[in-house]
Amino acid sequence: MSTAATNVRLSSVPPLGPESPVSWPLRTVRKLDNGLQVVLAEAREFPKINAQLFIRSGNASVARHTPGLADLAASVIRTGTASRSSRQIEEDLRRMGADLSTSAGADTSAISISGLSEFSDGLFELVADLARNASFPAEDFERERRHKLESLRVERTNPSFLASERFRRVLFGDHPYAVIAPTEEQLAGYTREQLVEFYEHQFSPSNALLILVGDFSSAAILGQIERHFGAWKEHEPHPVVSLAPPHLTGRAVHLVHLPGTVQTQIIAGNMAITRRNPDWHRLSLANSIYGGAFHSRLVINIREQKGYTYSPRSGVTTLRQHGFFAVSAAVRNDVVAASLAEIFYEMDRMRALPVSPEELESARNYMSGVFSLGVATQDGLLGQFSAVYLDRLPDDYLETYRQKIRALTAEDVLQAARKYIDSANSQIVVVGDRDQIAAQAALFAPVETYDAQGQKL
Amino acid sequence: MSHLRIPVEHTILSNGLRVVVSPDRSAPIATVGVYYQIGFRLEPRGRSGFAHLFEHMMFQGSEHAGKMEHIRLINSSGGLLNGTTNFDVTNYFESVPSNALERVLWLEADRMRALKVDDDNLRNQRDVVKEEVRVNVLNKPYGGFPWLDLPPVAFRNWPNAHNFYGDFADLDAATLEDVRNFFHTYYAPNNAVLLILGDFEPAAAFDLARRYFEDIPAGPVPPRPDVSEPPQTEERRGVVDEKFGTLPAMAIGYQAPVRNTPDWYAATMLDRILHGGRAGRVYRRLVHEQQIAVDADGGINYNGGDAFDYNGPTQIVTRLFHKPEYTPEQTIAAYDEVIREAQEKGTTPEELDAVKVKFRADFYSNLEAGMGSYMPRFGLMHYLACFTLFDGDPDRINTVLDGFLAVTPAQVQAAAKKLLVPRNRAILIRRPVAKPAPAEPAAAAQEVAQ
Repeated sequence: MSTAATNVRLSSVPPLGPESPVSWPLRTVRKLDNGLQVVLAEAREFPKINAQLFIRSGNASVARHTPGLADLAASVIRTGTASRSSRQIEEDLRRMGADLSTSAGADTSAISISGLSEFSDGLFELVADLARNASFPAEDFERERRHKLESLRVERTNPSFLASERFRRVLFGDHPYAVIAPTEEQLAGYTREQLVEFYEHQFSPSNALLILVGDFSSAAILGQIERHFGAWKEHEPHPVVSLAPPHLTGRAVHLVHLPGTVQTQIIAGNMAITRRNPDWHRLSLANSIYGGAFHSRLVINIREQKGYTYSPRSGVTTLRQHGFFAVSAAVRNDVVAASLAEIFYEMDRMRALPVSPEELESARNYMSGVFSLGVATQDGLLGQFSAVYLDRLPDDYLETYRQKIRALTAEDVLQAARKYIDSANSQIVVVGDRDQIAAQAALFAPVETYDAQGQKL
Repeated sequence: MSHLRIPVEHTILSNGLRVVVSPDRSAPIATVGVYYQIGFRLEPRGRSGFAHLFEHMMFQGSEHAGKMEHIRLINSSGGLLNGTTNFDVTNYFESVPSNALERVLWLEADRMRALKVDDDNLRNQRDVVKEEVRVNVLNKPYGGFPWLDLPPVAFRNWPNAHNFYGDFADLDAATLEDVRNFFHTYYAPNNAVLLILGDFEPAAAFDLARRYFEDIPAGPVPPRPDVSEPPQTEERRGVVDEKFGTLPAMAIGYQAPVRNTPDWYAATMLDRILHGGRAGRVYRRLVHEQQIAVDADGGINYNGGDAFDYNGPTQIVTRLFHKPEYTPEQTIAAYDEVIREAQEKGTTPEELDAVKVKFRADFYSNLEAGMGSYMPRFGLMHYLACFTLFDGDPDRINTVLDGFLAVTPAQVQAAAKKLLVPRNRAILIRRPVAKPAPAEPAAAAQEVAQ
């Protein structure tokens, strides 16, 4: 090989080949007679199944009087049914090579299972048993409540938790999304009967969605699902009416005082949109350019150029009723003001100037490519399907996603930034030692200070 | 029982670079990794944290791809990338749409051939690493527990016992000259393996590997330091203050067997009997039944990964968070009951069979995803790298399970008697400095004291 050829080989970036289409798994969507919606997708490379049963009611549905009750209910659900003790459940899971988790977010409660496909029938039988016959044993309830209490105490020493908790309070006001965890007193007062009432009200097939991805044949698996979930009795849960979140204008700083901390956790952001909004793809792309990727403006600026922080990022969180945009960074104490200045500078730049053609092309490639990585595992596919069916997105949402991203323009990004990256009305939360950071934060807006328990100081 | 067969092909280039290829046509993507045999354990004495700081420098620019170019080229190809420093290896990896495979290999070859960084880059990444240490260790509850605070109690040889993230004074002392020397010492092709997984023909992947990597010159193979531990003769203990969290915590670690020995297979099954989720004996007894602990987990090589990715001294670790109304001694006494039972009564065929099913399921899950599902086949890449670098045999991916599935109840009991003894263990206690939470009625605490 000649020297010239060697130089070309070593010095020029190889071009990208043509993009391949994503191969979509065979998908089946059914509604059982009792109203249970079922989505099946065959992904047969590994002999496993991932499944998730969603109940379309979570902590938001109880937040007004009993915040976090759905979360506690989810923990106790796995501890007993009419026919299985807690120990039996755990041993059955292990025998089938399975992991189980029960959880509740703002909008949903979920029973998730992953196990060997050779045990599919037993796995569905167990999930159905938990969804239909949970017995909430008194001793297990007391134990789980104590565990929640202890982890809550620990969480309220954790800067990143405290920042999220304060940010949600500020952004959502009287809306149920404002509260991400109960107080210790509330939690200590919850009773087994309240959990049972939540379960009996909300765990109904017409309020549920079952998604399965894995190594199975859809026809065979549908029979198993009919058998275990078909006789689940339906009733209509009461809808919950939420108060509107506040309309916040102007910046404000909310400082959570943690004495002696050696770093400051920052969150700044504003209300935005959900995935159902027609601007969703535009905002997603704008976010990826701002701070949603390693090669984004914010990461280049405050990490790679200035070394203020290790893990700055921005994102759009989409809940059922509302979405919000937020940027977060844990920075050293002496650069809190400098970091906020750059965070807002980059927001304002997104709002003032169109992105270059190169930056646009790079970001579209990123969004499109990462999407195809995200559907290459069973768990990733399950996550994408759950977004589509929980948010009731169009049937072709996933199949058309990449082409919609590819069609976006610099003008789309600019308009999305102007609408949803709301620098002038940004709500700023800082968690750290007020003696070191209050004066810096006050440069941006008036400061309200709280302790870790949420009391105003 | 379904058997999974992973296609694996491998070769060694003339410069000593090992290349392992595993085709998978199920999705139009590729996952690429380069693993170098250098990690926390092997970094130079007195240079704590250098292997990790250096890992950051590998993203700061190489001869034909300057600062931020690696990251830009991968992200703008639709891909994700990262690197991690481990005890025995440091890895760099990318998942991309398959049309970017050649570009990824070009980039990895460019930084293996010629790192190009300056003082500004070094100062910048030193600051970034300090914030990484603050956010992961110094400024959160239970930061670094137990992976940073158990090894100094458990081990006596510096490679196994020092601060792996690095003392800030050591990080400050690092110079550009150190960076260059480290690169030339450890980042030679003959000290690495290249893994290429995904949607392509294996022959094409080998061609690309040769095209971009084969003329990178080999280097002198770095001497491997003596990482062995002197024999332990008594239990070791240490106490560290917990500045944030309100729950007392402890980590109990027993020296683990060398990989690929009969003891390793048996100890791994024993570990799963003790720690395998909520059905595991430690969780069942201490959390569910006796309700002394609030959470319990553990594993073999818990501080570094799992049973497959260590190549030197490590431990079988139990990690406990217990209620403030119990003392550490009461908690240890209850834990010791679980250990005594495993030694005296062993296991049952039913329990061992269940553990084996779960072990197989976990193995498949790791191969498929790993890294929180954002890097498809990350775990497969990782295991192939370890089997290649540590054992010289990537094909073990298809046979390694057999040794675990053949373990008998008698072997499990023998391993418990041999390994789970006080003179083989270390206990690290994390003691909250904050005011403990109000205790429950004293009756609960008396159960263990009996």
